[in-house]
Amino acid sequence: MKSNPKIYPLIQRYLTIRGQLASREYFIIAVLGLLAPLAAWLFLSKSGLVDPVFLPSPEAVLTRVWTWLIDDGLLGDIGVSVNRVIGGFLLSAVLALPLASLIGTYRPLQALFEPLTDFIRYMPAVAFIPLVMLWVGIDEGAKVSIIFIGTFFQMVLMMAEDIRRVPMAQIEAAQTMGADRGEIMKLVILKSALPSLFDTLRITMGWAWTYLVVAELVAANSGLGYAILKAQRFLQTDKIFAGIILIGVIGLLMDQAFRWVHRKSFPWLYLK
Amino acid sequence: MGTTMNPKIEVIGVNKLFDVRGSTITALQDANLQIAGNEFVTLVGASGCGKSTLLRTIGGLETATSGEIKVDGVAIQGPGAERAMVFQHYSLYPWLTVRENIRFSRLLKSKRENLSSVDVEVASGRADCMIELMGLGAVEHAYPNQLSGGMQQRVAIARALMNQPDILLMDEPFGALDAQTREVMHDLILHVHALEKPTIVFVTHDVEEAIYLGDRVVLMAPRPGRIDTIYQVPLPAQREQDMKLAPEFVRMKREILQRIRETSGMQTDYEMLKRLTRSTGR
Repeated sequence: MKSNPKIYPLIQRYLTIRGQLASREYFIIAVLGLLAPLAAWLFLSKSGLVDPVFLPSPEAVLTRVWTWLIDDGLLGDIGVSVNRVIGGFLLSAVLALPLASLIGTYRPLQALFEPLTDFIRYMPAVAFIPLVMLWVGIDEGAKVSIIFIGTFFQMVLMMAEDIRRVPMAQIEAAQTMGADRGEIMKLVILKSALPSLFDTLRITMGWAWTYLVVAELVAANSGLGYAILKAQRFLQTDKIFAGIILIGVIGLLMDQAFRWVHRKSFPWLYLK
Repeated sequence: MGTTMNPKIEVIGVNKLFDVRGSTITALQDANLQIAGNEFVTLVGASGCGKSTLLRTIGGLETATSGEIKVDGVAIQGPGAERAMVFQHYSLYPWLTVRENIRFSRLLKSKRENLSSVDVEVASGRADCMIELMGLGAVEHAYPNQLSGGMQQRVAIARALMNQPDILLMDEPFGALDAQTREVMHDLILHVHALEKPTIVFVTHDVEEAIYLGDRVVLMAPRPGRIDTIYQVPLPAQREQDMKLAPEFVRMKREILQRIRETSGMQTDYEMLKRLTRSTGR
């Protein structure tokens, strides 16, 4: 291979399997990864190759976010959507945690609940929408129900796995120190699993957002998902873009908030 | 060490069967053993000989299929605080500091009941005492994952000793440590034994470790798991590292290694024999 002798070692280093990367290099590459699609978007919309109805320019989208915020009640839409996500998500979490604790601790309860949960998990939550509208109606309860159906069963299985991964030696050590069943659950199993349970919450929070948008696209007259649907009827492609990007940004912020709380709450995981 | 007068631990006709994918495995066959108070007994043998199973049965973590375990003449029912256990690894609580780990048993109801403020102070003194004994003073506010394997095992031992248990059960506690650290831990655990006077049952696959630590060495054999021979160690109670070179030490080591080879059915296979020597002797 004929190549610049300075470039070659760099490539070799970058192509090392599980190689090291300085945090500065990581940051630069990450920024490149984020800017490249933006640049491509800018180029495509400026070049006149694509009709702005199909691909609005980045400025048009930004302007739309601004007017949405000032004249169109963006904060209200965000508020409605965030409330629904948090409602459905909390309902899921509150019910999934005790069930998962039992499934992950007692084998007969695992046998009783896990195959059933696994079965329901594979049913697409979206297909429940007509049924939910029939049973729950079309008000807030319907959106929360769809988010619940979409996240609860996954959450139970993932949390049960978190509980099961608590090392047996931690439990047995407590038993030989005289701990009873309740103390082992409270002082060992839940404490030990807490960081991974929290990670499970972070991951399922992302799914809750997905199901929120699904619910709002089908059965709502407020919220970000509904705004996107309405924009489609009026061919406001810039608003569709704005809505999608906003949901992405909110999701990213929530994810980062979860990570921050994780670092603050479980300091021993980040020590060396 | 007498074994006839009022034994601390009695293993009486213990059988343990495991079901592994439809077939039954005899992990322990008719195990009988008496251990005196303050005795240090080591269980040694090839893998699959049931040494861990026997220890865990004494600890109440496994239930005997038949037979019984008595402590002070009373049959045990499950695990109990008077039989503390030290595991090979993963038993410390990573979310607690060293000191909080050692004091963990103080969070338990069975230890809180009828506790006066004097008792609480005594407990706190006990934790200081254990930290001192195990040489953990410099790291008492560190988290376990900041410590080396040897230091982690010191914490595990201190935590087990916190309640002043009559019996200390140790399941290959130094199996994951390097040789130098292990020597230090050997002298430390002998010191603990002399000072705190617990009865210790110690499982290992290292014959030298078994002889150096034990008043008696219980040799176990596999298929079915059983007690094969019990050796009285002919060394003074006060052990020193140099004794590992004494003729009676070497003689006993050779005898036990030979017996392990015979009972594990490996003496014909040169390659396996070499591997066994490497893993059990030095």
